Amino acid sequence: MHPASFGYHAPRSLVEAFGLLREHGEDAKVLAGGHSLLPAMKLRLTQPEVLVDLRHVSGLSGIRVDGDTLVIGALTTHTEVSTAEAVRRSLPGLADTASVIGDLQVRNRGTMGGSVAHADPAADLPVTLTALDASFVLTSSEGERTVAADEFFVDFFTTALEPHEILTAIRIPLPPSPARTSYAKLPHPASGYVVVSAAAALSVDDAGACTAARVVLGGVAGTPHRATAAEAALTGQELTPEVMTAAAAQAADGIDPHADSYADEDYKRHMAVVYARRAIEAAAARA
Amino acid sequence: MSTEQSNPDSLIGASVRRVEDPPLLTGKGCYVDDVKLPGILHVAIHRSTHPHARILSVDTAEAAAMPGVECVLTGDDIGDLVLRTPMVAPGMNMPDHPILARGAVHAVGAPIAAVVAESAAAAQDAAASIQVTYDSLPVVTDAEAALEDGSPLAHEELDTNFCYSMKREGGDVDKAFAEADHICRLHMKSPRVVAMSMEARGVLAQPDPARNELTVWLSTQGPHRARADLANSLGFPENRIRVIAPDVGGGFGSKGCVYREDVLVCHLAQKLGRPVKWMATRNEDFLTTCQGRDQAMTSELALSKDGKMLGLKVRVVANLGAYLHSATAGPPQRMLVMAPGCYQLQDVRVEIVGAFTNTVPTGPYRGAGRPESVLNIERLADKAARDLGMDPLELRRKNYIQPDQFPYRTGVGVEYDSGDYEKSLSEALRLSDYDQMIRDRDEARQRGELVGVGISTFTEPSGGAGFESGAVRVERTGQITVLTGSSSHGQGHETVWAQVAADKLKVPMENVVVRHGDTTAVQQGTGTFGSRSAVMGGGALATAADRVIAKAKAIAGNLMEASPDDVVQTEGGFAVAGVPERNVNWRQVAGAAYAKGTPAGMDPGLNETAFFDPNREAWGFGAHVALVRIDPDTGELTIEKLVLVDDIGVVLNPMIVEAQVHGGLAQGLGEALCEHMVFDENGQPRTGTLMDYAVPRASTMPPVVVGETETPNPFNPLGVKGVGEAGTNGAPPAVANAVMDALSPLGIDHVDMPYTAPKLWRAIREAGKG
Repeated sequence: MHPASFGYHAPRSLVEAFGLLREHGEDAKVLAGGHSLLPAMKLRLTQPEVLVDLRHVSGLSGIRVDGDTLVIGALTTHTEVSTAEAVRRSLPGLADTASVIGDLQVRNRGTMGGSVAHADPAADLPVTLTALDASFVLTSSEGERTVAADEFFVDFFTTALEPHEILTAIRIPLPPSPARTSYAKLPHPASGYVVVSAAAALSVDDAGACTAARVVLGGVAGTPHRATAAEAALTGQELTPEVMTAAAAQAADGIDPHADSYADEDYKRHMAVVYARRAIEAAAARA
Repeated sequence: MSTEQSNPDSLIGASVRRVEDPPLLTGKGCYVDDVKLPGILHVAIHRSTHPHARILSVDTAEAAAMPGVECVLTGDDIGDLVLRTPMVAPGMNMPDHPILARGAVHAVGAPIAAVVAESAAAAQDAAASIQVTYDSLPVVTDAEAALEDGSPLAHEELDTNFCYSMKREGGDVDKAFAEADHICRLHMKSPRVVAMSMEARGVLAQPDPARNELTVWLSTQGPHRARADLANSLGFPENRIRVIAPDVGGGFGSKGCVYREDVLVCHLAQKLGRPVKWMATRNEDFLTTCQGRDQAMTSELALSKDGKMLGLKVRVVANLGAYLHSATAGPPQRMLVMAPGCYQLQDVRVEIVGAFTNTVPTGPYRGAGRPESVLNIERLADKAARDLGMDPLELRRKNYIQPDQFPYRTGVGVEYDSGDYEKSLSEALRLSDYDQMIRDRDEARQRGELVGVGISTFTEPSGGAGFESGAVRVERTGQITVLTGSSSHGQGHETVWAQVAADKLKVPMENVVVRHGDTTAVQQGTGTFGSRSAVMGGGALATAADRVIAKAKAIAGNLMEASPDDVVQTEGGFAVAGVPERNVNWRQVAGAAYAKGTPAGMDPGLNETAFFDPNREAWGFGAHVALVRIDPDTGELTIEKLVLVDDIGVVLNPMIVEAQVHGGLAQGLGEALCEHMVFDENGQPRTGTLMDYAVPRASTMPPVVVGETETPNPFNPLGVKGVGEAGTNGAPPAVANAVMDALSPLGIDHVDMPYTAPKLWRAIREAGKG
């Protein structure tokens, strides 16, 4: 279908973009790669009055290392993330995540900032970025602020972004080598979106004990869900198969997933355990 | 052109690359939406959001005032225009099928108002602004529930949800059941699936008021039948309508009938005197294009204790949806002729019942009743073997119709032309290394793994459904034009018909052009569906070619001063038998045919048309074997091996045949593994978008081994049988039987398709609770 009619602006700078956001307020939507927003507009699920397209704003894409932090520009595409050597080496779980988003066309156009700001509860990146303890740089004419993933995702399609702000970069603390990060996904057979997914980030000391663990589930709530019981069950333990299985068994504690036409609540709860286990095992196996 | 063939002298049997592909692959195809006409108007339709409701009011005032809008029409504005449907059974209930709803709607997506505007976007904006108030009515979506006493009615004006029933019985069924040692019972449902054409439906109509004519570009499988159906609905003369099927991006059965939008667009074009176009959105295609399957089957198979099949009873309840299209009542009727499968069954009773529900209408979809019939008898055969503790191969072999019994008349009064079921089964077992596969399965089972092997052996009718036409015209310069009534929508007719004509006439394929899909260019025709083209269109073409050759021989004899009986065909022309230096080529023969060179008493010209009807269907057969594994932790099903052996008689183009098997298989696996159109209890579609409805992907396709045997069909000129539906018909039952074999250690004896991971996980979990 054709989208409802809308106004279109393609500012040449962030300053110009901020002006447009001030002018149009909540009637405006920021357009990045467009692979979530445009399909929704074509189905008339959303009908923004004005699009502010960032395509001509420079400096918003690219991947660089800043001390012990990896900084990814908001307009960096999924393909760039999944193939970047710095990501593959230091954050293989993130490279794996970006490589299973949508299809090749989506990955070539879709951007990390767009996906994060859209905050689809069935998206991949929010899950992994939460596990990696990423934070998001939100910029406006008043300056910038940085919000941690744990606080950024508020609810279904709702984030801490204010209407006058633009997400400009994602900052991810680089883990000590080896990088024990992973992502395991059960894709919906139609949409390819997450039915249930799990991301794990584990730190292991020289003695083989897990010193820190973040295990995050996707698809089971309005926002990425920290499986805190599973994290606690891993922390301080040697990562034996028994320990990992026992930790994963607690992954579904406290979740209340919604049934859909494909899977019911029981299946999603069970898959939370299965995919948490797969993610934990895959992370532990990285070396 | 690359060719690969066993007999280098023959184009028949050669894997000639499709001449259709270069334009399609380079974006040079021309589909309905690519046809641009000056002054064109676009239609958008406001559709019901209710599955069953009275319409209290329709407010079109805002839409009519929007920029670019030409007019807005409701059912009352267009009056008595209806879609007409043939009555297929005495006493059939036929609800009104108005082009735009009048008074009530009976399914989500039913058209209520049409907006005509200068652009599609303007039309869609205006359609979205139309306000309808409804008075909701009770809803029924399940066909079996619809036939129960006290069910909500799908149509208030009918006092029942019953549409029609048919029955066929042979032998003495009650006696067979009375004498049986065992009766195997099974109830199953085939999932409702969507005919997911790459090109959604679309229609463009251009009126010519001065000449009182109408040209219609329609994404259709049968332009001639569409023309007659449009004429009947519009009350406009058939011979003043020209229907053109340009490139058509798939149909799978769903584009065999005329739809309300087709009549609407023609009506609007005539009313407004301008070209009018409507292209379905994907969402509209989900809600309005005929869907497939959705049959409930209740069966009983009577057996002796040593596994001899004695009798069969089948009752089909088919979900017809809310409205009748011309072929909606067709697919369930397949069970009447196919119920016994490839087994010697003389005592058979089949009853089919069609029921209305508040859902999208159903109709033919790749296989069109054949997949349901094969699934029914092949699941029964497997379950019977398990009930009796027999090897499923042994039970089948014990009951096969034997090669020396053909032509064989079954208990439902149908004559199978030819077959050798053991031959295709043996080949499938050989290709699958069956004995080793069974040993591996047993070892895996010892380890507690869920692994299963399944087979399906089947026979399927193709061709039939009336006549088909073909014409061979030798032009003045000796070039060959073939006109075929069997309009192609992706099957490769332009290639295969050129192969057949070139082979018959002994000319290079490049000298042959195939024309189809235009009622002005082509004599009458029926169209492409039901795996009929090779049998019917090919039969017509071969007959026409033979007639042209016979006439050309007479002309050649005249030119060479020889008796026609002494004239033989040579490469590119004719010669006197035994005197090769006395020869003429097609150009010379054609020149004579159009310039007073025909023998005395013979009409000029070299142009022959044949209408072909063998008055029987062609029965192909095959054997499919599947090896599956189920992950007990997730319910995920993996098909580890799939072997398909199909016997389709003479193969005209092996590459196209293999592609048809692969394509049919992909759609069959879609049904077996993931596709399911679901309506909730309130009649709302839950899987009405490609975000929810899972079509198979390339990654769904397992490793496939395609084998073949060849048993020529004695009842048509080319010895062929249809193949378009073989993969769809045979493979899902093999997968189903393999899944049930894998789950058998858990005591599970039936799960309906599709075998999604959540469904299998649920079945495994509930079996575990025991």
